[in-house]
Amino acid sequence: MKILVAVKRVVDYNVKVRIKPDGSDVDIVGVKMGINPFDENAIEEAIRLKEKGLATEVIAVSLGGSANQDVLRHALAMGADRAILIETDVDLQPLVVAKLLKAIVEREKPDLILLGKQAIDDDAGQTGQMLAALLDYPQGTFASAIEIEANTLTVTREVDGGTETLALTLPAVVTADLRLNEPRFVKLPNLMMARKKPIEAINVTALGIAIEPRLKLIQVAEPAVRKAGIKVGSVEELLNKLRTHEGILV
Amino acid sequence: MTILILAEHDGVQLNPSVQQAVTAAKAWNSAIHVLVAGNGADAATKQAASIHGVEGVIQVNASHLENLIAEDVANLIVSISKDYSVILAAHSSFSKNALPRVAALLDVAMISDVLEIKANNTYVRSIYAGNVLTTVLSSDAVQVLTIHGSNFNAAALTGNATIALVDAPPAFDKTQWKSEIRSQSDRPALSSAKIVVSGGRSLGSAEHFEKVLSPLASKLGAALGATRAAVDAGYAPNDIQVGQTGVVVAPELYIAVGVSGAIQHTYGMRDSKVVVAINQDPDAPIFQVADYGLVADLFDVVPALTAAIQ
Ligand SMILES: Cc1cc2nc3c(=O)[nH]c(=O)nc-3n(C[C@H](O)[C@H](O)[C@H](O)COP(=O)(O)OP(=O)(O)OC[C@H]3O[C@@H](n4cnc5c(N)ncnc54)[C@H](O)[C@@H]3O)c2cc1C
Ligand SMILES: Nc1ncnc2c1ncn2[C@@H]1O[C@H](COP(=O)(O)O)[C@@H](O)[C@H]1O
Repeated sequence: MKILVAVKRVVDYNVKVRIKPDGSDVDIVGVKMGINPFDENAIEEAIRLKEKGLATEVIAVSLGGSANQDVLRHALAMGADRAILIETDVDLQPLVVAKLLKAIVEREKPDLILLGKQAIDDDAGQTGQMLAALLDYPQGTFASAIEIEANTLTVTREVDGGTETLALTLPAVVTADLRLNEPRFVKLPNLMMARKKPIEAINVTALGIAIEPRLKLIQVAEPAVRKAGIKVGSVEELLNKLRTHEGILV
Repeated sequence: MTILILAEHDGVQLNPSVQQAVTAAKAWNSAIHVLVAGNGADAATKQAASIHGVEGVIQVNASHLENLIAEDVANLIVSISKDYSVILAAHSSFSKNALPRVAALLDVAMISDVLEIKANNTYVRSIYAGNVLTTVLSSDAVQVLTIHGSNFNAAALTGNATIALVDAPPAFDKTQWKSEIRSQSDRPALSSAKIVVSGGRSLGSAEHFEKVLSPLASKLGAALGATRAAVDAGYAPNDIQVGQTGVVVAPELYIAVGVSGAIQHTYGMRDSKVVVAINQDPDAPIFQVADYGLVADLFDVVPALTAAIQ
């Protein structure tokens, strides 16, 4: 069984991004970047399936500029066998990413495609579902557990109000939630070894897919910030404030 | 130009977020239809027909729609999509699962979790865990979006729409719905509760989470929430995680107990009307978004607070 994992390079989740002075976009020049956290869960799961003898090959794929090599190296160091970089400097939106991934799926014919449930930069949460739609594949989104037996993948999904379990016939698309697993730490020797693993770069034009964004960004702005309030000294003072200042009858 | 709202329901009750979606749909000044897919969800269909502003309800009944999977929902919407120029739903795990699939099948972009509708194709939504607001314009022929429910008032239940029955496309047979586990709780639903009491990792165990926070929540008639750290540690179920990757709430009163206030958490609660934070660290970031902060050991003050509430 072959597994394809999509990994996005995003601004590190601890960084508070700034806005360009003209409000045209965010300013991420020089900002710490890394692998999208959910995608790290996706790779971890793929590698565990390989370690269990259920998968034979794990391929990591990333779309973006040549700097994306670093997240692919990270995936290789975690244990992926090889990597594909689809190179472009155009900002890609989920529908385009899904179309490009579909082209790679048609070439590689994986049995399972793992993605993160959401990229923490655009917070879209769309790509996996879109890819599944374009391939007419079954989808298991927001996965917190998966199990594979023969041709069937059983997925537990985190949904509002609890969890849900589905059985998908492979090939299928699964998007990882944070509780799917605890990603391993990458050790230095693994990073060294990963340098020897291949990264195939494909220029996006070679795939013949229109990549122009459908959504036009008009402007970006800071949200209204909540003002910090006051500190109260005791439970009594707190209740008093809530009752008299906020009209909350507690 | 007609708007289609994908309704969420549990087989019996319509989810109240549908009323918020109807308010959002009114931005287009066009006819509004609501799609209720299920297997005899008659009560939910009637509720949908009673929402002010809804012109028609499309009820689709089929045994394979008893437990909805995204593949069937998407194929169904696409089968009737030629009549619609806007397809929307309130943002939830249900709509997040199905609507991107619809958008891809229609070859259009999707706009997730819209905070504000500026014009019939221009929207405000947040990125980077709510740290940046973007205004985006979609020139696609069909606009597919989810709206941020709490930003839109619920439309009143004073309407009387017509109900039409429509056939479902065949079942998508590569996905089988197996089972679900719904958290049992007598408390109000987290996403619509007027008061939310949330706990963090500092509660230390599932027993303490329950013992310390439950009496307070009960006395206030509040829903319980949790941080990701508390959920990951197994102190609280996953469906009560508040934040970027959990539920977003905007209650009248939010009480954060032993919560540090990471941006991924505050994303999910900062639209609350009044925020109270209890934390023993005076520099905890949660105090930057709290109206009232109490620097104290939660194990002392939460029981005292519970006792002092009338
Ligand atoms: C991609 C991604 C998505 C995420 N999504 C979410 C999300 O949706 N929701 C979410 O909540 N988090 C999310 N997180 C995690 C988030 O970054 C924080 O790690 C998490 O919110 C911290 O939880 P906490 O406040 O319970 O724990 P901590 O940060 O450990 O804070 C515990 C707090 O308790 C206080 N404390 C300790 N003991 C006591 C006591 N006895 N009395 C009073 N106060 C005490 C401490 O001073 C501290 O401030 C996400 C992270 C990532 C990377
Ligand atoms: N440029 C990209 N390169 C690789 N994977 C991507 C890219 N964009 C999105 N993805 C995948 O799609 C998931 C969801 O992204 P999104 O729909 O943008 O929230 C991510 O977690 C990745 O697994």
